[in-house]
Amino acid sequence: MALVTDTLQRRDGRKGRGSASRNRARNGGPRIGSHIFLLILVIYFITPLWWLTVASTKDTAGLFGGSGGPLWFDDEFHFFSNLQGLFERQDGIYWRWLGNSFLYAISGGVGATILAVLAGYGFAKYNFRGRAAFFGILLGAVMVPLTALVIPTFVLLSSVGLVNTIWAVILPSLLSPFGVYLMRVFAQEAVPDELLDAARIDGAGEIRTFFQIALPLLRPAIVTVLLLSVVGTWNNFFLPLAVLSDPLLLPVTVGLNGWQALSNAGSGGEALWNLITTGAFISIIPLIIAFLSLQKYWQGGLSLGSLK
Amino acid sequence: MATTTAPTSSQPAPAPQQARHRPDRNYRRKQRWGWLFVAPFALIFLTFLILPLVYAFRMSLFTSTLATGTKFVGADNYLKAFSDPIFLQGLGTVAKFALIMIPAQMLVALVAALVLDNLATWASKFSRLMIFIPYAVPVVIGALMWGFLYSPRFGPASSIFSIFGLAAPEFLAQDNIFGSLVNIVTWQWAGYYMIIIYAALRGIDPGIYEAAVLDGASDRQIALRIKVPMISSSLVMVVIFALIGTLQFFTEPQVLKGVAQGAIPVSYTPNMYAFTLAFSYSQFNYASAISFALGIVVFVFSFIFLFLTRKQSGLK
Repeated sequence: MALVTDTLQRRDGRKGRGSASRNRARNGGPRIGSHIFLLILVIYFITPLWWLTVASTKDTAGLFGGSGGPLWFDDEFHFFSNLQGLFERQDGIYWRWLGNSFLYAISGGVGATILAVLAGYGFAKYNFRGRAAFFGILLGAVMVPLTALVIPTFVLLSSVGLVNTIWAVILPSLLSPFGVYLMRVFAQEAVPDELLDAARIDGAGEIRTFFQIALPLLRPAIVTVLLLSVVGTWNNFFLPLAVLSDPLLLPVTVGLNGWQALSNAGSGGEALWNLITTGAFISIIPLIIAFLSLQKYWQGGLSLGSLK
Repeated sequence: MATTTAPTSSQPAPAPQQARHRPDRNYRRKQRWGWLFVAPFALIFLTFLILPLVYAFRMSLFTSTLATGTKFVGADNYLKAFSDPIFLQGLGTVAKFALIMIPAQMLVALVAALVLDNLATWASKFSRLMIFIPYAVPVVIGALMWGFLYSPRFGPASSIFSIFGLAAPEFLAQDNIFGSLVNIVTWQWAGYYMIIIYAALRGIDPGIYEAAVLDGASDRQIALRIKVPMISSSLVMVVIFALIGTLQFFTEPQVLKGVAQGAIPVSYTPNMYAFTLAFSYSQFNYASAISFALGIVVFVFSFIFLFLTRKQSGLK
């Protein structure tokens, strides 16, 4: 913690002086105040993650009362033995859960994005019969709480024998009315009709026009919708909790929650705490990396829905 | 299919001038390709949104017991739901969460975004990312983490509070669990809302501020009188997201239930109640009625909110 605060303050000082003249010739007062405010926010938002990082290097005894306290490392470093524990516990079921999460998030996210791009483009650029009515229903659907659909979806899926299969998670994840809405709003602005008409006059078919003209223009919105739907599926808890009971099919969220419940029940589970913290730590790394490396795409894209 | 084809008859034939000027072939082509592009989504929309909704509604009109089998009961399940103290208490709980949690998240997100918008330093860029990072953490993991942090056995609270010579509050006790949950949700989502608001702020033409600065407006005046009104459509969208999310509150209390022994009942929120009814008691019909009733409540509240803010959001 101390490390982060130090570097932050040093940066503040340097930048504050360097850009003071550039930035509306204001004295340092409000800018220092702003930076202190941000510092407090940053500490609040990353302390839990810092705690998790530290906790993943401790064994169970260290978690309960290690030499370094809850927010600092112990003398002993147990990250690798925890990792080994994750491979041994129930034949490494944790890695299976992590793999399942990837499978669900990527197939659900990519699928939902493809459907959203096609539908958003269709809504934006083809004035077909029933378009206004369908889009109206879709806008209403954005406000339907998706969790209200979980129980009926479970009953429907069980009547066709799909409960407890990967399809029970993947198929409902393909539904993203908000993604379609974002795509339509974006396509309307970003893809000029004249360009499409020019391509048609040159003899390009509708499919070729879509792939060669429209798709490249839609790229920023595609990345945003993809990220939103991958995160949505990766985070999903209610749906897999309801439709999956086979431990081998669970995503990592439901799996770790099960371990936590087991440990709390105290059924010989005390030893699991270190596996839960290490497992949780590893499971958040992929998405954090994805967000940090794709910054320039999503930072503007997330505001798409509200731009008129 | 009936659901999507039915409303078409009431639609006027689209773009009559276009049809007159161009060959009829073009018009027919537009019709066909429009539907082709929309069809894959329409299929999923029908199967996993319309069908479950219709099915849930149908199920909610029946009861099913071992003794009598399945029987049509009309609105009985709804009458039961809206006089069921457990369901009403759950609705009250999420309403209370909505009243406290949404303003808390909005305040953090808006103030952070306004402060970040005024700075262009390396530290502000770094802060922006760090405030956003919790969004990349799955809700379950976030709740698990805070469960550990709140716990008197693992958490840092007792050592932090002892610096000031105080005893740490019992975050997981019945009296404090509400605040503890508000904190988890604010931590998880405020950064996401901040990014949306921040992006909207960056979209404003800075030339507008220059005139205000010339007139002697302070930073605070610019923020409250110019920036906030100009991004009101983003603010409305964020509140709608937060409202829909809060009314279907499920994951955080469900995860924390195990750690906070006894402080969170299995029917704490309407969604938890529906889940318990369905999967612990196999009362799928009544659970469907609860789900459907909750869906209606969410829909109506979002709609009322959108109606009240139609000027700000620019929606008609």
